[in-house]
Order: sequence, then C-alpha cells, then structure tokens
Amino acid sequence: MELDAKVPGGPLETKWERYRSDVKLVSPGNKRKYKVLIVGTGLAGAAAAATLAELGYGVEVFTFHDSPRRAHSIAAQGGINAAKNYQNDGDSVWRLFYDTLKGGDFRSREANVYRLAEVSLNIIDQCVAQGVPFAREYGGLLANRSFGGAQVSRTFYCRGQTGQQLLLGAYQALSRQVGEGRIALHTYAEMLDLIVDDRKAQGIVVRDLRTGAIRSYTGDAVILATGGYSNVFYLSTNAAGCNVTATFRAYKRGAAFANPCYTQIHPTCIPVRGDYQKKLTLMSESLRNDGRVWVPKESADRRPPDQVPDPDRDYYLERMYPSYGNLAPRDIASRAAKKVCDEGRGVGEGGRGVYLDFQDAMARAGEAVIREKYGNLFDMYHEITGEDPYRVPMRIYPAPHYTMGGLWVDYNLMSNLPGLFVLGEANFSDHGANRLGASALMQGLADGYFIISYTIGSYLATKKAGRLAADAAACRQTEQEVKQRISRILSIKGKRTATSIHHELGKLLWDRCGMARNEQGLKKALQGIPALREEFWHNVSVPGDGDDLNQALEYAGRVADYLEFAELLCLDALTRNESCGGHFREEHQTLEGEARRDDEQYSFVSAWEYAGPDKSPALNKEPLRFQRVHPSERSYK
Amino acid sequence: MRVTLHVWRQKNARSEGKLVTYQVPQVDPDMSFLEMLDVLNEELVGKGEEPIAFDYDCREGICGTCSLVINGRPHGPEGGAATCQVYMRNFHDGDEIYIEPWRARAFPLIKDLVVDRSAFDRVIQAGGFVSVNTGGTPDGNTLPIAKTTQEKAMDAAACIGCGACVAACPNASAMLFVAAKVSHLGLLPQGQPERARRARKMVAQMDAEGFGNCSNYFECEAACPKEISVEFIAWMNRDYLKARLTEPDTVTPGMGAKVGPSPVAGHDATAKKHPVA
Ligand SMILES: Cc1cc2nc3c(=O)[nH]c(=O)nc-3n(C[C@H](O)[C@H](O)[C@H](O)COP(=O)(O)OP(=O)(O)OC[C@H]3O[C@@H](n4cnc5c(N)ncnc54)[C@H](O)[C@@H]3O)c2cc1C
Repeated sequence: MELDAKVPGGPLETKWERYRSDVKLVSPGNKRKYKVLIVGTGLAGAAAAATLAELGYGVEVFTFHDSPRRAHSIAAQGGINAAKNYQNDGDSVWRLFYDTLKGGDFRSREANVYRLAEVSLNIIDQCVAQGVPFAREYGGLLANRSFGGAQVSRTFYCRGQTGQQLLLGAYQALSRQVGEGRIALHTYAEMLDLIVDDRKAQGIVVRDLRTGAIRSYTGDAVILATGGYSNVFYLSTNAAGCNVTATFRAYKRGAAFANPCYTQIHPTCIPVRGDYQKKLTLMSESLRNDGRVWVPKESADRRPPDQVPDPDRDYYLERMYPSYGNLAPRDIASRAAKKVCDEGRGVGEGGRGVYLDFQDAMARAGEAVIREKYGNLFDMYHEITGEDPYRVPMRIYPAPHYTMGGLWVDYNLMSNLPGLFVLGEANFSDHGANRLGASALMQGLADGYFIISYTIGSYLATKKAGRLAADAAACRQTEQEVKQRISRILSIKGKRTATSIHHELGKLLWDRCGMARNEQGLKKALQGIPALREEFWHNVSVPGDGDDLNQALEYAGRVADYLEFAELLCLDALTRNESCGGHFREEHQTLEGEARRDDEQYSFVSAWEYAGPDKSPALNKEPLRFQRVHPSERSYK
Repeated sequence: MRVTLHVWRQKNARSEGKLVTYQVPQVDPDMSFLEMLDVLNEELVGKGEEPIAFDYDCREGICGTCSLVINGRPHGPEGGAATCQVYMRNFHDGDEIYIEPWRARAFPLIKDLVVDRSAFDRVIQAGGFVSVNTGGTPDGNTLPIAKTTQEKAMDAAACIGCGACVAACPNASAMLFVAAKVSHLGLLPQGQPERARRARKMVAQMDAEGFGNCSNYFECEAACPKEISVEFIAWMNRDYLKARLTEPDTVTPGMGAKVGPSPVAGHDATAKKHPVA
C-alpha cells in the first residue's frame, strides 16, 4: 500500500497558505455537476455539507439519526479552543500548535496540526456570525476558560453546552441549504457499506431504518464524518448510537485504519453504578479549573470527605504535576487516578473513585460564581447520583471517551482510497496519541468549514464529473452482501442478546486494553475476542424482521462490527511496543511511572490494511517527520 | 422495587396500537427510567420477543432524542428533565406506570413509542438561521454583546428540539419551539438583518406542518426539559406582528407554505391531536 501524506513543501508556517494558492479549483459553473455524498451530520459533517453546498457542489447528506441535530457533537460540554489570544496571556498559533502536538505525545503529523491551529482563528468568527451565543464578559467581549494541557486561557464556551450550540450553528447552516434545495437530506439512513469500483470510492449502500429498504447512492466523492468508536468498550461517555460501522466497513473495502489503539480515557466521569448501565456520564474537564482532585493519604481512611482534614488529604495531581496541577492532560490525570485507586485509596463503592472538590473555590469565589459557571453540570451530577456537589465533593473515575485513531488520511483529508475523504473524530490526523480538551470541536469544525472546501477540489478538479449508475455491478454486488449479512443475523435466532455479548466484549477490552496494557493481557484479549464473535454468530437473538424499524437489528449489526474491530485495536496495541499518550504499555514506563516513548522505533503512524477474512491485516507505516519541532520528553511537572 | 408498566405497542403507522402490560420485578431506585426499560427489553429479546421501540441517544438530556409520555406527562413527573434524566427513585414500589408516545398530527407515529419529528427540521429549514456563508466573517469581538443579552439568547437557544412542548399542548402547538429559535437569533445583533423575515417564514412553515394554535395553556413551559419560558412566545408574537406590518404578507415563492392564521395567542382551541390518541 502506498501511503503518501502529500504534505506540501516549504516552511511549516506557510504550507497551508501556499497550498491554497496552488490547489486546483473547480470552476463555479462546473461545481454543480459534481455530487458529494456526506455521511454524518456532527460538527464535521454538517459544517462540510453547508460549506460545500454554499460553494455550489451537489450535496447529499446521510445520518442514521432522526434529525441532523441529534449527532453526538450535541453532547460536548466544555468548550472549543482557538488561538485568539483575546486574554493577552501569551497565546499564539504556534503555542496552540505546540500544545496540541506535545499533548498528542509527538505522534501526529506536524503539518496537519499546524494548519489546525491556524484555522482555529476563523472558527470562532464563523460561529459568532451564525449566532452562537458564546459566553461573554460584562464589557461584551468573548470570555475564555482554561482546559487541560495548556497554560493559557483559550477555550470558548456556551455554559456547559458548547457542543450543542456549535452543532446548532452548523445544523442551521445545513438546514438553510436544505431549505434552498441545494442539499438532499436523508435521515434514518444508515450507511452499511462503501461502494468501491475501479479502486475508487464511488458510493455507499444505505438502509432506511424505517422501512428496511436497502439502496445504493453514488457520487463523485464520499465524505465520512461518522465520529469515533469509544463504544467498542461498551461503557463510554459517547451517545448510545455512536459506532464504528461506517469506518470499519470502509476499512474492509480497502481504506487503511490508522492507530486504532490510540483511545482516550477521560479522567472525570461519574463512576459505574450497576450492571444495567448502558453508558457513563462525563463531568466536563472545565470543572478542573476550580475543582481540586484528592483521595485520603491512608488507604484505611474511611471517613466521610468533610471529616478528612487537609493534612490527611493527598491532592495528588498538584503533588505530582506542580506546574499544571489539576489541569494535567487527560491521559496523565486518568492514569494517576487509576494508580491511587490501585493503591487502595479510592473512594466510594468498590473503591473506584476520587474526589473532585469545590469547597476551596466556593470559599474563594462564592457559591454563586460556581453556580453560574457550572450550574448545569452540578445539577446533572445531582440528578444522576442523588448527591449534592455543592455540599459533598463529586466522585469521579476515568472512562472511555474519545478515539484518536481513525481512518488514515493525507494532508487533503483523503484516505488511501481515492475519492474517500474522512473528517472529524472519524479520521486519525491531528491528535496523535492523546487529544487535549476542547480540541475535538475545533478539529471537527476546522475540517468541515475550512479545510475540505479546498482539499476536495484537489481531487475533483482531476476527475471528470460523472458517477456510477445506481444499478452498476459494483452497487448491486455490495447491496447483495449487505442484504445477506442482515438475513444472516436475523436467522440465527439464538439465546443471547447483542447487548450481553457487547457488554462482555467491553469488559474484556477495559481490563486488557484500557488505561494500562501489557503483552500478556493483549494476547489474552486476542484469544478471547474470536470466541465472542463465534458466540455472536451462533447464538445471538435478534427478534423481528428486516422491513420496518428494528432497533435490535441495527444494534446487532454494529456489535458485529465491534467484534471484528476490537481485534484490530488489540493487535495495534500489541504491535506498538512503546508507551505514548493514552497508549500505556506497562513494560515501558519511566521510574516515576510516566509513559516512555521509543522514538527510534515507533515514530510512525500504523496504518492497517485489511487482508481478507481470517487473515492477519498488513501493517503499513507512515514515518513521522518533524520539520520544526524536536520531539522531547513530555513533562507537565 | 417492582413496577407494572402499560406500554403503547404499535407495529407501524398502518396498524392498530394498544397498551400492553409488563411487570418489571427488580427495579433498583438508582436506575434511570430508560435503564429500567432496557432491563425489560433485554428480557423480551432473550425470549425472542420484539423489544419495545423507543428513542434515546445521549442519555444526558441534551440530544433531544428521547421522548415518552409517562403517566400523562411528557418526560415524566420530574419537570426540568428529559426522560433519560428521570430516575426510578421518583417512583414507588407497586406503581402502575403508563407509557405512551408523543401524540400530535405533525408527529406521525413510526413504531411503538417512536414518532417522526422531522416537521421541526422543516421549520428550521424555512428560516431558523442566519444567512452567512462560510468565510469572510468579521472578527468575533467586533460587535460587543451585553452579557445579559447573550444570557437571554442562550436561555432560548438551550432548546433541545425534543417536541415535549407539542406533546403537552392540548392544541399540539409548536409555538414554544419556534419562539425559542426566533428569540435566540432575534435577540442577537447577528440575527437582526433577517429578523422579520425569519419570524414570518418559520411561522408559515409551522402552520403548514399542521401544528395547532397557541391558546395560552402554558403546558409547554411546564413540560419543557430545559424550562424555556413562555415569555419567548410573547417575544415572537411581537416580532411576527411587526413583520406583518412592515413587510407585505406575501407568500414566499418556493416555500410551499402560506401564512396561516396569526399565531398571536388567542382562545382558539382547535384540537389538532393525532387521531389515534
Ligand atoms: C460527553 C462528551 C463531551 C465532550 N465535550 C467536548 C468538549 O467540550 N470539547 C471538545 O472539543 N470535544 C468534546 N467532546 C468530543 C467531541 O464532542 C467529538 O469528538 C466530536 O463532536 C465529534 O464530532 P464528529 O462530527 O466527528 O462526529 P459526531 O458528532 O459523532 O457525528 C457523527 C455523525 O455520523 C452519523 N453516522 C455515524 N455512523 C453512521 C452510519 N453508519 N450511517 C449514517 N450516519 C452515521 C451520525 O448519525 C452523526 O450524525 C466530547 C465528547 C463527549 C462524548
């Protein structure tokens, strides 16, 4: 497989500018002759759809949700980064770029990250113009807060509902194009396969979730903006519907899957309560601006938190990382929480929890200020746990949250399959082995509003407008395979629910390939997963039929893909015999227990290539070359 | 604890529906309402029976996907919460609980408790936006906005588009939903150029979708999981009236909708409930 990242030449700081001047354009009159299919209406998909339609391209949009506004982006809480330096606290494009690259433990592509930091400036302007009600200061200017892994205040927010407001901005822009007849919108439309003909992505096979009808749509290019795969762990902070199907199907059709083992475990989530839980709830990282994380110094200390005097408390993040303190990056804060709990100092039922305490902040700033900043998050915590965080410290524990891995893309955001573009959390490109808080929203909107509008031209301008007929052999063949798979799932009529199998898979992954990984555990996981897959294909129960709304069937199809994908994830984790960012191999740590990278051997992107059923996938490597930055040991002390 | 559920089951829009009774014998008070339904569905699927179809996604009260009329109240007994944020500790051992779908002509039923709310999308498509293309926008700090104005806009923008306001209204009116968007954008300087036109177009589309009129019952506010205030309805009415006065009451070409009766709150109680209700 050829992996050409197509990074433009010249100095890092001017690559994007030069690219934009040099890139081939499609003339205004010709744009409407091209049809672009976009799967997903989260920040990345909705922004891309609106922007490409505004430019005049023919656009068709697909989402399995009942409305584009339901995409998982809606749930993002804390904020979005941009190097505006409105606070005059020393921020710059360079600093945002460097923080992001370092935050990702020097495992991302330098040129992509630099471009991200550059276009971050435009995003805020765009959103304000759309009417996104960002928080403001009394003087009427935009307000900022801080997020992990940064020493400046560059995060813009809308109360605790930033994702909602950004998505509504993009959704409204998309809706305007739908209303004007420039976008054909398909809701309840789940993409179940990618149509590849002549070694190019040419269309998708979609199931209408209301009627079960399977049909092909073809276009000049296909954009996947289908989000991340944290739900492979069963319990995560992602919405229940998030899944890997779109990207995994594309992988099986020849798109390389990059760094699947780079998964992010978020330090501040509400701890697991019972076996019946389907998902976990995030408590936004922004809380760490004012909350202090602690556990008792002694493992035997079972006193209620208000009876533990300060000298008996271990504010372990402040102790271990004095310069970043409670704002240490996620991977580091999560591992530290695991460590103190492993030592028996965890709090709450099962000892899997740490305190996030606001008493000091309330004493300093007053309860009203804390209420204004975090009121809705406090209410949410109260509703879920029945405990009042204004009185009792929150209890939190890490949980799967975000996936840095995704389909491999070049500088154009195009995969190795010509015509297939991948945006947002679904691609791998910008966050390396760990993502900093408030950077996913930034990336989704950067990709959708400001990057794809240029880079798609580089492909379309070289291609004559025109698409495969919907009854071409490649379409019919792909549809047939989709139908067969569905009938097969419906015909098993076994005894176990897809949920119970998924739950078992999730436990296996969490134990063996979660916050800490080692060779032995990963090998065990790799043995266990095929057995679960067998169990699924012989004993799953999926009642009902395929020709009306069947939620059990939709879910079972996604679980079937997780059962294959999980193996790729573990294989990648086993192959990457170093620690970096969220990928912590216990064999490779410093004396102080920090991740130890091995730049000599592992400074590359792992791009996995599907080799056929029951064959081991092939590993392709894209070497990471740093033109301006020298990868250093990542320290937050 | 143990609860008895009476759940609306309906195979599809064409078939008849009915309430079916289920026992859920082992309910943990810390379970959410939807987790309780998950447990029941697990049992049904394990027996090879079709699970109850109901909508959900984020389970944090923000995506607006979940619905359900619980004992006659959209989103259940709690107030200020979506169904996914309702916990079983609000019920008692031995309770009988009735679970039904949103009922409104503009929200046709798809299956069991799932209804089609795409009418809301079409109302937004008609005018619920600021017409700016990507790029070329001024710096975000060019126009200062008073904190109080921004906070008020945010109160309106907090709408999650779940449709509880419609389900709660005896007329199945969508006024609160539409007013929330008209007010959010109309309060901000960026929304001014299209303020009148936006109100007019969105109201026209709302009428075309078959939502009922507002008769000041204010059930919508009580059911709204985000507690959006009916004040915004008055706000929109002012905007709408002004729009009709300042701009001729024309039908916009290509909209396919004509401006219906004034949405100004009156006492017209034309029921527009879904016939199966
Ligand atoms: C609780 C929570 C809080 C977060 N808070 C923040 C934050 O404060 N700041 C930040 O920067 N990031 C945050 N994140 C991360 C961020 O929200 C996501 O990474 C980002 O929104 C992903 O956007 P996206 O457009 O790539 O995909 P998504 O928003 O996940 O959208 C995916 C879309 O693809 C569609 N789709 C998927 N598969 C298919 C298919 N097979 N067929 C058809 N359609 C399909 C879906 O319907 C949906 O429309 C948070 C994440 C979580 C879980």
